Amino acid sequence: MPSAALLGQSLLAGIFAGALYGLLGLGLTLAWGMLRQINLAHFALVFLGAYLTYQLSAAGFDPLVTLAIIAPAFFVLGIALHALLARFKVNPLNTLLITFGFTVMLESLIQWIWSADYRRLDSHYAGVKWKIGQLFVTLPELLTLGIACALALATWALLRYTDLGRALRATAEDAPMAAAFGVNHKLLALLLSGACASFAAVAGTCLALSYTLAPSQMYAWIGVVFAVVMIGGLGNPLGPLVAGLVIGVSEALTMALTAPAWAPLVSFSLLIAALLLRPEKF
Amino acid sequence: MTFITRAAALAAAWLLGVSVVQAQQPVRIGSTLSLTGPLGPTSAIHKVAGDVWIDEINLKGGLLGRKVEWLLKDDQSRPDLARTLYEQIITVDKVDLIIGPYATANILSAMGVAQRYNKLILHNSFGTPRIVKYDLQFPTSGGSGDPENAWPNLVLDAAAAAPRPPKTLAIVTSKFPSLHFISVGARDIAKKRGLNEVLWLEWEFGNREFGPIASRIKDARPDFVFVGATGLDAVMMLEAMKKIDYQPPMHFYMFPSPGPTAKVAEARGAMAFTTFEEHAPFTSNPRAAQFVKAFHERAKQAGLPDTAVDLHASIAYSTWQTLEAAVNGAKSLDDKAMAQWLRANPVETIMGRLSWPTTPDGPPNYMMGKDIYKVKQLQDGKWVVVWPKEFAAPGAKLQ
Repeated sequence: MPSAALLGQSLLAGIFAGALYGLLGLGLTLAWGMLRQINLAHFALVFLGAYLTYQLSAAGFDPLVTLAIIAPAFFVLGIALHALLARFKVNPLNTLLITFGFTVMLESLIQWIWSADYRRLDSHYAGVKWKIGQLFVTLPELLTLGIACALALATWALLRYTDLGRALRATAEDAPMAAAFGVNHKLLALLLSGACASFAAVAGTCLALSYTLAPSQMYAWIGVVFAVVMIGGLGNPLGPLVAGLVIGVSEALTMALTAPAWAPLVSFSLLIAALLLRPEKF
Repeated sequence: MTFITRAAALAAAWLLGVSVVQAQQPVRIGSTLSLTGPLGPTSAIHKVAGDVWIDEINLKGGLLGRKVEWLLKDDQSRPDLARTLYEQIITVDKVDLIIGPYATANILSAMGVAQRYNKLILHNSFGTPRIVKYDLQFPTSGGSGDPENAWPNLVLDAAAAAPRPPKTLAIVTSKFPSLHFISVGARDIAKKRGLNEVLWLEWEFGNREFGPIASRIKDARPDFVFVGATGLDAVMMLEAMKKIDYQPPMHFYMFPSPGPTAKVAEARGAMAFTTFEEHAPFTSNPRAAQFVKAFHERAKQAGLPDTAVDLHASIAYSTWQTLEAAVNGAKSLDDKAMAQWLRANPVETIMGRLSWPTTPDGPPNYMMGKDIYKVKQLQDGKWVVVWPKEFAAPGAKLQ
């Protein structure tokens, strides 16, 4: 019989892992659902953000302060990426292929600069943790959870309650019709793409706070984050967070109660169930 | 001088020139390494070790009086690509010699090609020796043909010699093929030794979340944790333990990434396999000391964050040392002549003496039941060999 501490700690591990899944999926779901771009390069941007956090932190910056530099820079990168894809009118399926090419190029760039060897960010956040009863909570994980929730909620509120958000949703629904009502849909698409890349930068910083980095690790996240994005509903900013938490907790409890080797089955079983039960959402 | 004499003199000079040019043609050695992809971090170490050897051998005048060139291609950690590239290296680039790539699946691919062209292939990281059938392959890692017996016995011998020998153990392992069967072997051997197995867990290779696994180990309260992990898995497991303030009384990780592992505070006392560490008696060998110095410089230039010479650097360099010994011993670049020489002669490498006896019950050119592996332990932030005792760092004892 598993102890209460084991169950509680596993539940926490699942929540924190799920928050990171949600954060990784936020930019991806917005680009996919609202810009019709299946942006595989999102994962490469996340890792580029993580490596830049590592590098700037090594130069003396606080890891969270590095975001003041990295996020705006990525915003510009995101705009450039969208401008390129829009210029050549790339269809959604081809965006998958093209951004896979960018992913390989960015992986090579990361390896060229930082080598293929493992890199670990040494920050003062890493050692901070609290004991609540028999359970432990670490600061990097708590930060990731807080940032993931804040970004998802803020994006949802912006899309739902502001004119900008309404214009973005209208553009995603029917861009020519939105344009007929005076919405500058091209500019909005550029801004949204920039925001998605900035979300990748934030996810990269959170990743660097908790994980050891290696360039090829970027591919390890693709499967589960795609599942999170699809289960959460394309274009829905709260979807990846909710789906991430469900998958993270399910995986963690599977590991705690049964064979850990079964955990990877969870995310894809949930994805298959979602596809079968809610096909209208995809 | 008559016309005929002049013509004869010119022809002789031309022929002499041709033979001199041929004699100066470099010896070309072809191989792949996983310069990109998931095997990249470890392959980077193998590349630096190879670069050091190429520099050294050319400073010494090369092989058989000819300079040496290394034709290295990137197999991207993909066995299918390794197969194609070895085919290309042998048939298009027409190299004189080949050596194996890094890691089991890629070596198996390269070995198939080598077998097709009857090429000698030396390799240093093949994890499942029992599937080998080719007699011109020579392992240079110093591992035995039955690691599922030799390695758990080595670790449990070391644990038994600790101040407080374990009575219970947890075996947790990746399902990565060349680790999993050794962990399964450890279960059998632990049982035969009377150790009580309190936990057995497996996870899929590529797992990212080790929190629940660490919590289950903590819950099981074993005296000793045997972790079948390689590379980053070991680091992630230790970081998961760190999060829940848990450190096992004794813990062993099969092939951890040594640099990042040493940085995790909870890794103190962790044990792992090695073939070489930067202390006596290993560095008492002048060539080993010279290699350590050169490796540090080269690794720094290559931007590797961890420049220490340990298992991977030593097995990689020993492969090149074996190739050097085989060419010089056979006085030939002929693959069969070199193989014959290797079967009859041991080779002294920086990690010890390698030999390839034929044993009827084992794969070709493998020793059975014993090898040159050692157990190291992380003490005061440094990896030091603690077992067998004769290879222990000066003053170091198993803690």
